[in-house]
Amino acid sequence: MRSSVTDLDLKQRPLNGDARTGVVHTAPVSSVDVPVVDIEAHSVAKSFGDNRIFSDVSFRLERGASVALVGANGAGKSTLLRCIMGLIPVSSGSVRLLGQDATGARASDLRRLRARVGLVSQKHNLVPRLSVLSNVIHGLLGQEPGLRHWSQTLAPAPSREAAMAALESVGLAEFAARRADRLSGGQSQRVAIARALVSQPKVLFADEPTASLDPAAGEDVMELFFQLAREHGVTVVFTSHNIEHALHYGDRILGLAEGALKLDAMAAALTTSDLRGLYD
Amino acid sequence: MSHRGAPSRFERPSAVAFLGYAFGIALIFWCLSGAGFSLEKVMTAPPRFADFADRAFPPNLDPKVLTRLGWKMVETLQIAVAGAVIGVILSLPVALLAARGLIAGPWVNQITRVTLGFIRAVPDIAWALVFVVAVGLGPFAGMLAIVIDTIGFCGRFFADDMEGTDKGPAESLTATGARKIDVVACATIPAAMPAFVSTALYALEKAVRSSTILGLVGAGGIGIELKVGFDLFDYPTAMTVILMIAVVVIGIEQLSGYARKQIIGEQR
Ligand SMILES: Nc1ncnc2c1ncn2[C@@H]1O[C@H](COP(=O)(O)OP(=O)(O)O)[C@@H](O)[C@H]1O
Ligand SMILES: [Mg+2]
Repeated sequence: MRSSVTDLDLKQRPLNGDARTGVVHTAPVSSVDVPVVDIEAHSVAKSFGDNRIFSDVSFRLERGASVALVGANGAGKSTLLRCIMGLIPVSSGSVRLLGQDATGARASDLRRLRARVGLVSQKHNLVPRLSVLSNVIHGLLGQEPGLRHWSQTLAPAPSREAAMAALESVGLAEFAARRADRLSGGQSQRVAIARALVSQPKVLFADEPTASLDPAAGEDVMELFFQLAREHGVTVVFTSHNIEHALHYGDRILGLAEGALKLDAMAAALTTSDLRGLYD
Repeated sequence: MSHRGAPSRFERPSAVAFLGYAFGIALIFWCLSGAGFSLEKVMTAPPRFADFADRAFPPNLDPKVLTRLGWKMVETLQIAVAGAVIGVILSLPVALLAARGLIAGPWVNQITRVTLGFIRAVPDIAWALVFVVAVGLGPFAGMLAIVIDTIGFCGRFFADDMEGTDKGPAESLTATGARKIDVVACATIPAAMPAFVSTALYALEKAVRSSTILGLVGAGGIGIELKVGFDLFDYPTAMTVILMIAVVVIGIEQLSGYARKQIIGEQR
């Protein structure tokens, strides 16, 4: 597996240094005290033609947060995730992702940015006719573009190992050679998670991670998802229309309703009835 | 209680519709006259056809002739297979340019599609004539005609096949930061592969059918034997050629149907 020094590690170093040398730090300490902001949305609005989906959506999400984005079907949750990743253009406003402008970025900068975040989409979106291992290796395409990551057959050994490790972490190593369309719903969701995690992203988006699973498989996948997220210290944003899941797995809740961000609060301060109001 | 009567059996056409029908019928008669339609010839055709059949049967089964025609048929199939294979391979990059929303912009899409439309609009036999002028008489001209004909066909349908694939996997790969070309190679093309195989096999059938008549203009293959047979009033040999073509074309259709099932049948 490739390993990288996270931003957090870098920021903790001066702190240790100060403690050892006793030198008083006169430089601004903001980088130590203020948590890193991974995602910043500023007055984001999105319309498809004349159809306004939402407007004036603003929030700041800090490194390591676990955020549930809730709202009724069609409220615009998936659309908001797509806007944040720059997969579709915003109509107005701006998004900063990992400290960089994602809305006005050039295509190549946007690709580099996307290579540092992961997305698990609602329909899992595996390539059906390819093997599970090839699908996971595709997760590395952002960092290592080109022919060698098109298929597991061509992939260099370190990439194959990284992909196998990711499959191991979702408990599906023995399915590596199986065709992706021969998996159950829960298994294909896990493969999609492995594909998103293999590039060791800083931020992980998950769109309705349990929507296509039966309740038991849904619980398993959520447990796995958050266990992995905590292990790797990544920021997680997931959408859900399951109120219990949102409150249990999210420590912060964003609620979309009637084209606006109607709710932004810590989960601990909320009850299920607070959220139910969003669905009326 | 009042019963409403059922609507009348025939709706009365509006004035515009009536004019439209009248115009349509007039058009058909105009075309028939342009085509030299003559009832008299229709009436006299059966006896004349019977006369041809009488002179053509039995077909020429002389072993020497059969051997010659057999080798000509082999050459025909070589032209068809070589042309179809090269055409299918060249179609892939062309289709990438023609497919909307894939790697090329709308202008390139449109120009490529118009060009492909032009290629399809020109009949294969006309392409053969052009290549006979360009590279001389013989099977090579025929093969080039098949290549260009196949590109016109597969370039367009491969592009349609790729446009019709599920966009989900492509979006998920885009989200990993992959380049467009990588997304197309990893998500779009694998998803379109069954449709590609089906289209390519159909192109092969089409190529075999074309290759049997390219000889009429000197572009190689068995077509020349058909022409010579008719020119020399050697109807039994011409009949043998027609039967051989029918057998080979039907055989190729069966084979391609079988291959289609084997390759993509069980994978939905
Ligand atoms: N590409 C698109 N073009 C037009 N309308 C869209 C598109 N994507 C989503 N929408 C519309 O935007 C609204 C929000 O959709 P979505 O973001 O999928 O909602 P959610 O994920 O909250 O269920 C829906 O009314 C949907 O029809
Ligand atoms: Mg959605």
